[in-house]
Amino acid sequence: MTEPSVAVWVYAVGVDLDGPWLAGATGVDGESLRVVSASGLAALVGSVDSGRFGAEGLRRRLDDLDQLEGIARRHHAAIALIAAHRPVAPARLATLYADDDRVRTAVRRHRDEFLAALRNVAGRLEWGVKAYSTGSEPDQPTPSAPTSGTAYLRQRQALLSARNSSWQRAAESAHAVHDRLSEIAVEAREHRPQDPNLSGDRRSMILNGAYLVDNEHAEEFATAVATLADEHPELAVELTGPWPAYSFAVVDDEQ
Amino acid sequence: MTIEPRASSSAPVGVGSHEPANLGDILERVLDRGVVIVGDIRISLLDIELLTVKLRLLIASVDTARELGIDWWEHDPWLTSSARKSLPPGRGHDPALEADPDD
Repeated sequence: MTEPSVAVWVYAVGVDLDGPWLAGATGVDGESLRVVSASGLAALVGSVDSGRFGAEGLRRRLDDLDQLEGIARRHHAAIALIAAHRPVAPARLATLYADDDRVRTAVRRHRDEFLAALRNVAGRLEWGVKAYSTGSEPDQPTPSAPTSGTAYLRQRQALLSARNSSWQRAAESAHAVHDRLSEIAVEAREHRPQDPNLSGDRRSMILNGAYLVDNEHAEEFATAVATLADEHPELAVELTGPWPAYSFAVVDDEQ
Repeated sequence: MTIEPRASSSAPVGVGSHEPANLGDILERVLDRGVVIVGDIRISLLDIELLTVKLRLLIASVDTARELGIDWWEHDPWLTSSARKSLPPGRGHDPALEADPDD
């Protein structure tokens, strides 16, 4: 089966997405961003070359981390652009349709779910909080050179158990941080730690949280993160965001 | 039709207006979160290898994709030795050893 020359890439779904912010805005293929409407909903899309972004082309390009990075950043940038003006449900990377009508059909099929998701994220933003175990111990004895095999083993055991309890303390602290932030947020998610190969960060990530926060509580949230970071020197705490609500505008066809 | 905005006195400066996000933060969001609706050109992001940075894609029909168990990423291969065995070799580095404090 030959692929058509153009495919439609979906960035996000929302309501009333067209506006001056789209002027000159481009997507993953350098294409102009535009809006497709259906049943009161709107999809932010772009027409991409299906040779480069169809099945085979995408397979080749996403296999290369540099190209993946470019595509991922442009996909996210388009979503972020519109999320600054309207609540949106961001689409996962590589959601493609043969044409606009097919986009409309898909959007209509999930109309109620989209409306519920959009109501859930309107006036709210996602914030990310990552915490790493610093392994800092207040009273760490400086190990002297072991004088015997037994001494070596004892020292090793002490080191491992100190490391273990330091990790446990960090895990408890991470729970405390997550619980406190969940009180301020409307919704909270704990995601699995990031893959060091993708993040390039070799530290031990012990919390990877996403928090949906009302805009008027954003400052309180950021302050709470800073306070918790101070209270927990055994953690290195990082705040990222605001993000479009990737974790909270959930519509899933595969469940 | 509009989605009524909630009263917000002080909205944050702008979505994504902070420093350019690091790649890990972006990838985990665009690859693993967001709305999942079935497209025509169905590209299943299976086998995102955690031990190497290679991505593999599989083109599958809707039905096949379901059968293949698209939720494979719910299992952490670095914690499950059986899942680890089924992954292709990495670059000679096993992050599971670093993550494990008991070494």
